[in-house]
Amino acid sequence: MIAIAAGVALISIAAALVLNAFQGNVVFFFSPTQVVAKEAPVDRTFRVGGMVEKGSLKRRADGLTVDFIVTDTAKSIPVVYSGLLPDLFKEGKGVVAQGKLGPDGAFHASEVLAKHDENYMPPEAAHALSKAEADRAAKSVVNPGAAR
Amino acid sequence: MIPEIGHFSLIVALALALALAALSLTGAARGIPGFVAVARPAAQGQFVFVAIAFGCLAWSFYSNDFSVLNVASNSNSSLPTAYRIAATWGSHEGSLLLWVLMLSIWMLAVSVFSRSLPEDMVARILGVMGLIAVGFLSFMLFTSNPFERLLPAAADGRDLNPLLQDPGMVFHPPMLYMGYVGFSVAFAFAIAALLDGRLDATWARWSRPWTTAAWVFLTIGIALGSFWAYYELGWGGWWFWDPVENASFMPWLIGTALIHSLAVTEKRGAFKNWTVLLAIIAFSLSLLGTFLVRSGVLTSVHAFATDPKRGIFILCFLAVVIGGSLSLYAWRAHRVEPGGRFELLSRESMLLANSVLLLVACGAVMLGTLYPLFLDALGLGKISVGPPYFESVFMPLMAPAILLAGIGPLVAWRRGDAAQLARQLRWVAIAALLGALFVPLAFGRWAALTSTGLLLAFWILAGTLTALVVRIKSNAKINSAFLGMLLAHAGVGVFVIGITLVKSYETERDLRMAPGDTATLGGYSFRFEGVHELPGPNYAAARGSVTVTRDGETIALLAPEKRIYRVQQNPMTEAAINGGISRDIYVSLGEAVGDGAWTVRVHIKPFIRWIWFGCLTMAFGGLLAASDRRYRAARRREDATAPDATVVRGSTA
Amino acid sequence: MKRFLLPLAIFILLVGFLAVGLKLDPREVPSPLVGKPAPAFELPILQQPDKRFTPGDMRGKVWLLNVWASWCVSCREEHPMLVALSKRGLMPILGLNYKDKGDEANAWLKQFGNPYDLSVVDADGRIGIDYGVYGVPETYLIDAEGVIRYKQIGPLTAAILEQKILPLAMALKK
Repeated sequence: MIAIAAGVALISIAAALVLNAFQGNVVFFFSPTQVVAKEAPVDRTFRVGGMVEKGSLKRRADGLTVDFIVTDTAKSIPVVYSGLLPDLFKEGKGVVAQGKLGPDGAFHASEVLAKHDENYMPPEAAHALSKAEADRAAKSVVNPGAAR
Repeated sequence: MIPEIGHFSLIVALALALALAALSLTGAARGIPGFVAVARPAAQGQFVFVAIAFGCLAWSFYSNDFSVLNVASNSNSSLPTAYRIAATWGSHEGSLLLWVLMLSIWMLAVSVFSRSLPEDMVARILGVMGLIAVGFLSFMLFTSNPFERLLPAAADGRDLNPLLQDPGMVFHPPMLYMGYVGFSVAFAFAIAALLDGRLDATWARWSRPWTTAAWVFLTIGIALGSFWAYYELGWGGWWFWDPVENASFMPWLIGTALIHSLAVTEKRGAFKNWTVLLAIIAFSLSLLGTFLVRSGVLTSVHAFATDPKRGIFILCFLAVVIGGSLSLYAWRAHRVEPGGRFELLSRESMLLANSVLLLVACGAVMLGTLYPLFLDALGLGKISVGPPYFESVFMPLMAPAILLAGIGPLVAWRRGDAAQLARQLRWVAIAALLGALFVPLAFGRWAALTSTGLLLAFWILAGTLTALVVRIKSNAKINSAFLGMLLAHAGVGVFVIGITLVKSYETERDLRMAPGDTATLGGYSFRFEGVHELPGPNYAAARGSVTVTRDGETIALLAPEKRIYRVQQNPMTEAAINGGISRDIYVSLGEAVGDGAWTVRVHIKPFIRWIWFGCLTMAFGGLLAASDRRYRAARRREDATAPDATVVRGSTA
Repeated sequence: MKRFLLPLAIFILLVGFLAVGLKLDPREVPSPLVGKPAPAFELPILQQPDKRFTPGDMRGKVWLLNVWASWCVSCREEHPMLVALSKRGLMPILGLNYKDKGDEANAWLKQFGNPYDLSVVDADGRIGIDYGVYGVPETYLIDAEGVIRYKQIGPLTAAILEQKILPLAMALKK
């Protein structure tokens, strides 16, 4: 009997811990289109993914801070990051950045991830790109004259 | 020709595994001695053919046979020999072959070291393992043939992923798989016992050394992987709560719970159902880990290219093996007789509480690993669950487990003596409190979490020492199982000290450094001398040189590298580390930012080596415990001795 | 008895989720492009760099667009199938040479055979983005109206070719 009561107590403590941790520590993912549409939270850490726009990577004078643009081919947002970039970070390649939106409208990344090789894209980045593509395709059907 | 021999050997191995599973399981169920006798030779034959297949694949890699697709995709003629051989298990197909090889090695071991077991039991155990081999061999042959030809042959290969070109690749996967797959032995013992209905203390005594051996391999494998990530990924982290890391960590947690639960089942005949369930879960999680890594449902640095057909195959296999064994459990478990009774304050209840805590902690890790997948499956958006989740759930769950581990060895079986325990714990508590208060003073910075971590660490160390002193004073015999247990517990203490000090006192800085620049961090100064080009065997490197000094005295010359691997054209950061007992100095090179200046990251990581040293101590303790003479001796007279007769007060492990 | 069923129940739930999760595999997700007009582009032709090609040139024909690169190992896997298909002359096969170098691409075609009526050069992968290329190789079946009818991510297999692509192409031709 005591064992069962203790077990139940333990599991409820664990459940409380898990719920609490989920609330505080789960990081949501948004595509640049969603960020531009103001769907992303302002004061919370989230992830944004897409492709690093070609020619957008600029290094500031301090040598450590970089600016680049993340795009899902429909919309794009500027990202600021200070620190060493991962080995596989490249213009024109998939990227996922984690951080917060700043008052300047730029995304201030605390972490930049680029785990991929030539054939592989972070699934979140691929997701953002294919969604933008779907939206665009949908639009071009509605209004064929406007297609590129 | 060699690849065809390998392919053919796999087919023969599959046929042998089929025969083994079918004949020995029916033989044991129907009592046909002729069928039962097939088990050992069939298992040994299966090992021989799988080993031949593995040898053929390794030879194809060694001899640069680029007419084999697997070799062309994962190797290159300029790859150093050691990595060419390690590339054998660098691909999806090759790592499956390694999996099956490990399984065959364990089967061979069971067939050789089971002379004292009843023949029908051996037949059942090998039969269950044979079934698993059937699943994996057919998975390999039907969806992921490692010997597939590439015609016409490629002129040269695509090279091994640069991340894998490291001595870690040579040792980490075989160790990890040996541990992973080793739980199949405990699993097969449990299933055999359920089939047979012979679930008793003798059964627990047979499984114990096997489980502990698998656990030792897994512990070493995980520690190696962590150390590898630490020096190879270039970010100074040693554990990322990455899905693949979690996939190996979950079986470890349950394996740890299983070892402790087996102790109770052997000594006191209690918790039999619980032990069997843990044995099933431990191996199920190994299979689940394989599924998560191979099917691509979760992506991580470790995941290989994915193919949905493979995912479906493994999922079906998973459903059959785990679903089947859990159904068998539901069907048979209620027949098991309850074991010896015990009081609330007893070693039994401590061990039970510990294994429940480990199980719950494992559940929390699993939830965090799979939660993004669940949300995605329900169409609720994409999220990621990072280290903060795992840390804030895992630590509070592990803290009581560590407290209990400190007390456990001091409490007697069946009924503990509260007054005596309080006397013994007084010294333990004093030591723990002193450590928790004074060690942070030495570092000059105090934090609640730091003290909590140190309190736990010193608690378990002092408790372990007290248990040893008590045992010496009582003049009881000290066997290697007991010593092994104490050593493993001490390893936990060392491990926790390492984690606490690293988490509390590590420092890092990202810097832009031009040649001649100096920066200081944690009392050390770093002088950047510049970068020069250096060719490697299959890469070109930019090698920086950094002089580290303290109080004007040169401590180390560090040479971090940035490598570009020729074939895949991927850059790789090769960090330079000056290691020591009390701290690591870790320097990695970012990129050139003009005028000979580079971005550089420097870390000081106090006591980080203690983390891996703690793991190795745990593993060594496990080794000592598994090699206890008692298991060999006990097996010889196992029929003569009734389980409860072996329970002598104070004899333990 | 009932409490011993609990682990099984939890496991069945887990398998359900994993099965759904498996379906979400990026390769299984139907491309949003299927049923949509093929994105337009104008790119130089590999063998004649001074000439350019746009998908509009193929109006009125059912054709295959195959994304390939000389650095891509899986392309070698599917390549003999494409060569055999081109010999049957059922439909034009065009190549999109993705993030490759001209001389390496030409050498590769010389070594393994050239099944393509022509290949266009997408050196920086811009068009690959428009087509939502996840990885190389990929193959698109495009109809007479310029609408994408089928998309294969990853290497072609004989089964997919014979059972899906060819019947669909034959039906579209009518």
